[in-house]
Amino acid sequence: MQFPILSFIVFTPIVAALIIFLIPENRKAEVRVAALAAATFALTLSAWAYFSYDVSVGGYQFVEQVTWLPALGISYKVGLDGMNAPLILLTGIVMFTGVLISWGIDDRPREFFTFLFILATGVFGVFVSLDLFMLFFFYEIAVFPMYLLISIWGWKETREYAAMKLTLYLFVGSVIALVGAIAMYFAAGLGTFDMLQLEHAGFSRTFQIIWFPFVFIGFGVLGGIFPFHNWSPDGHVAAPTAVSMFHAGVLMKLGAFAALRVGVMLLPEGAKVHMNWIILLTLVNVVYGAFIASVQTDFKYVIGFSSVSHMGLVLMGFATLSKEGMIGSGIQMFSHGVMTALFFAVVGMVYDQAHTREIPKLGGFRKVMPMVAIAFIVGGLVSMGMPGFSGFIAEFPIFMGVWKTHPWIAIVAAISIVITASYIIRVIGKVFYGSLPQEFVGHVHDVTVLDKIALVFLSLILITLGVFPGWMVPLVQSGVQNILRLLGGA
Amino acid sequence: MTGTIFSPQMFFAIFPELFLLLIGLIIFVLDLILNKEQRKTLGWVMAFGLILDIGLSLLIAKPGTESQLIWGGMLRFDRLGFIFRMMFLFAAAITALFATNLDQLGRRGEFYILLLGSTLGMCLMASSADIIMLYLAIETTSIPLYVLAGFLKDDDKSTEAGFKYMLFGAMTSAIMLYGFSLIYGFSGTTNLYNLVTFVQQGQTSPFVLYGALSLILVGFAFKISAFPLHFWAPDVYEGAPTMISGFLSTASKAAGFSVLARVLMVSFTQLTPYWVIILAVISIATMTIGNLLALAQKNIKRLLAYSSIAHAGYALIGLVAASELGLTGLIFYLTVYIVTNLAAFGAVAVFEKTSGSSEIASFAGLSRRSPWLAIMMLVSFLSLAGMPPFGGFVIKFSVFAAAIQQGLIGLAVIAVLNSIIGLYYYLTVLKVIYLYRSEDENIPVPMSKSFVLGLSVLSIGIVLMGTVITPWFNMAQMAAKSLW
Repeated sequence: MQFPILSFIVFTPIVAALIIFLIPENRKAEVRVAALAAATFALTLSAWAYFSYDVSVGGYQFVEQVTWLPALGISYKVGLDGMNAPLILLTGIVMFTGVLISWGIDDRPREFFTFLFILATGVFGVFVSLDLFMLFFFYEIAVFPMYLLISIWGWKETREYAAMKLTLYLFVGSVIALVGAIAMYFAAGLGTFDMLQLEHAGFSRTFQIIWFPFVFIGFGVLGGIFPFHNWSPDGHVAAPTAVSMFHAGVLMKLGAFAALRVGVMLLPEGAKVHMNWIILLTLVNVVYGAFIASVQTDFKYVIGFSSVSHMGLVLMGFATLSKEGMIGSGIQMFSHGVMTALFFAVVGMVYDQAHTREIPKLGGFRKVMPMVAIAFIVGGLVSMGMPGFSGFIAEFPIFMGVWKTHPWIAIVAAISIVITASYIIRVIGKVFYGSLPQEFVGHVHDVTVLDKIALVFLSLILITLGVFPGWMVPLVQSGVQNILRLLGGA
Repeated sequence: MTGTIFSPQMFFAIFPELFLLLIGLIIFVLDLILNKEQRKTLGWVMAFGLILDIGLSLLIAKPGTESQLIWGGMLRFDRLGFIFRMMFLFAAAITALFATNLDQLGRRGEFYILLLGSTLGMCLMASSADIIMLYLAIETTSIPLYVLAGFLKDDDKSTEAGFKYMLFGAMTSAIMLYGFSLIYGFSGTTNLYNLVTFVQQGQTSPFVLYGALSLILVGFAFKISAFPLHFWAPDVYEGAPTMISGFLSTASKAAGFSVLARVLMVSFTQLTPYWVIILAVISIATMTIGNLLALAQKNIKRLLAYSSIAHAGYALIGLVAASELGLTGLIFYLTVYIVTNLAAFGAVAVFEKTSGSSEIASFAGLSRRSPWLAIMMLVSFLSLAGMPPFGGFVIKFSVFAAAIQQGLIGLAVIAVLNSIIGLYYYLTVLKVIYLYRSEDENIPVPMSKSFVLGLSVLSIGIVLMGTVITPWFNMAQMAAKSLW
């Protein structure tokens, strides 16, 4: 039997969470060290799984299956393919850097890391699951810790409102998709929740057309699809830094990924019919999100809305149902995850020093925290889709795919690139350049070594992927091939 | 189909009940011997006795796959009844364990005796196969519960609760009895399993049958606190001693469901289209009203009361589906729900003992005062909200699945939307526990041994039921199959 690496990845965080909770409350240093150790371990495992995936073989690898509830055909089944491997790696990265950046949390760090790691288990579980029941099981595990994380450690002004809004939005989406999933189970008549079997269940066209919107939009809520994106900027802003990173970096991918895996892959005929209008929703995401971002004065809201815009691109790529579009989306999920984690880390560091996020009040931070400024510029270039950075590798194919299928949408969507450039450059100029306001002189200091490690780590990944895309593109391509087979074309 | 009148093996079939009587006797004697301080141990004796009862019953009194009518057709010895009886014994054991440390309850022998009496009634309810037996069992259950609800006689609210519960109970029970008498008058039989042939023959006008069934449903709806007979629950739960509220909302409710399932699905199986519609309406109204009213509550016991009304609505979905999966879902639902709700009420009781208040606001700062108690409340409340990895998720999933299997998509969607309202108020409580600060933050919440033991067992149970699903599900499925 091969080493059950995926199960190790899924259960490492939750076991760590239990251990951390057993550490006495006042031993805060031990709690942090334990958290970092667990995160490092999880990152190592996920990198190992990622790099030992054999692209030349393709398909699902490291598959493990254990029956769970045979009476209903539920099993614990996990596997890795080209679509979820980058996301596993992404989760490992964000978990690791998230712990580094949360080092300074002083209010009940034990509870904080416990909830954060339960969340991580949920996320890992969804990405690797090949069983529909299991997917929901982990999906909801990923939702509820969010509520506590935001409402307890979040930004005092809006945390209660934002946490509740976020949780309810996500829960609505998830239960509606759940109804769709159960309907699929009975319609298939196979008596199994195994997604690989359900792929070949041969659902009738009518069935697919009726249920596709439930499932796709239900999960799409977590992906931030317009008009259900509203929870996301509020949630990002209210959350503590590490949670924002997790949230925008990983959780939103969870929604997009589940929408793809359950919606598009199980109901391909429905996808073909409905994507024609769903792509319009994503267009609104892309353009409208960018416009809103450009008029925000709160630093964190700028990033929050930029996530809405970028996630719109991910969903748009899926909506083209074309090879280029989906490859781009697959890479964009990874690239945006790392980039937005970097952004939120930077925002958090600036806020911790300045105690304000109002862009007009900030300025000249390049002088006190040069590293942070550079990291933000790297993230900004990724965000604009500059060649040489991962954003280009991701966005270019998406636009190609959209151009191929819906040229007009591609033209309109391209506006967003310009707007993105405008707000990113504005933020860089206002926050990091210019002169340091008088009240900050002497009060603002450089960030800690741990913070720097996190920033350098994230920036390097973005640059490496941009300069040398070969370590991810073929992998995603193999995953997309599988989806295209289900869609019947190519 | 009357069954054998008597054979010695029948004593094995009612072994759990006989053992209950024995426990009662022991407690009765101990109550006379021990002084007031020592009487605290009575709760341990009773809990231990009941667990022993469960263990022994599993060994010697477990029914096989063949169900049979015993004691002249008064009882039915089957797995459905058996599983419910074990649930009641478990719930009573936990209740007794928690009561041990509550001064006004745990030091009085009569409390335990009443609790045992009520449990005995429930056990008989779950297995009765005859209208007369059924009625007697329901009364045996209810009368001790009326007293228990009003047990704190110095407390006006408790007295009020007991009295209110008794008045409503007596009224609905009278209506139900009227329904029973009509049934007997027209059919000439009191046996639930003979009744089915009578209903099938269809010689009586359907009007009479529907009417009688509706009257019977009044009594059952009261027991499970379903709309429109739910309004007693908040007042009674608020006033009654906390652990008794817990017992009422779990064991007593499950007993109501066991009877409801048997009567509807066995005796009136012919009228399924009729009662399915009634139950569907009741189910939707119950969950919606329960959830909406829970939103406005400031007292945690009232909140749990409305939440338990809502849960009755979800559980009814299993019956509305009127299928094997539906019944399995119902039994599974009740199993998990009993464990979860006992944990919730238990945690409230611990806190109430220290703080003297059951207002939600008084829970502020609990996570700083006692992280473990806070986690236990988190586990039970999230399970009630239907979140994995807790039992609540799986049961929610199974009743939704039962509804969708029968094509009841509308019902499933309404239930789903309701579960979102539920999540809102459960999270509100958790927010108070974890987020808000209070002046009493430095005062710890001491937990006695019995609470630690009980709550740990329940919390672990909640997680086990949510993760290792198979044994529980299969058990429920076997029970469901034994009904017919």
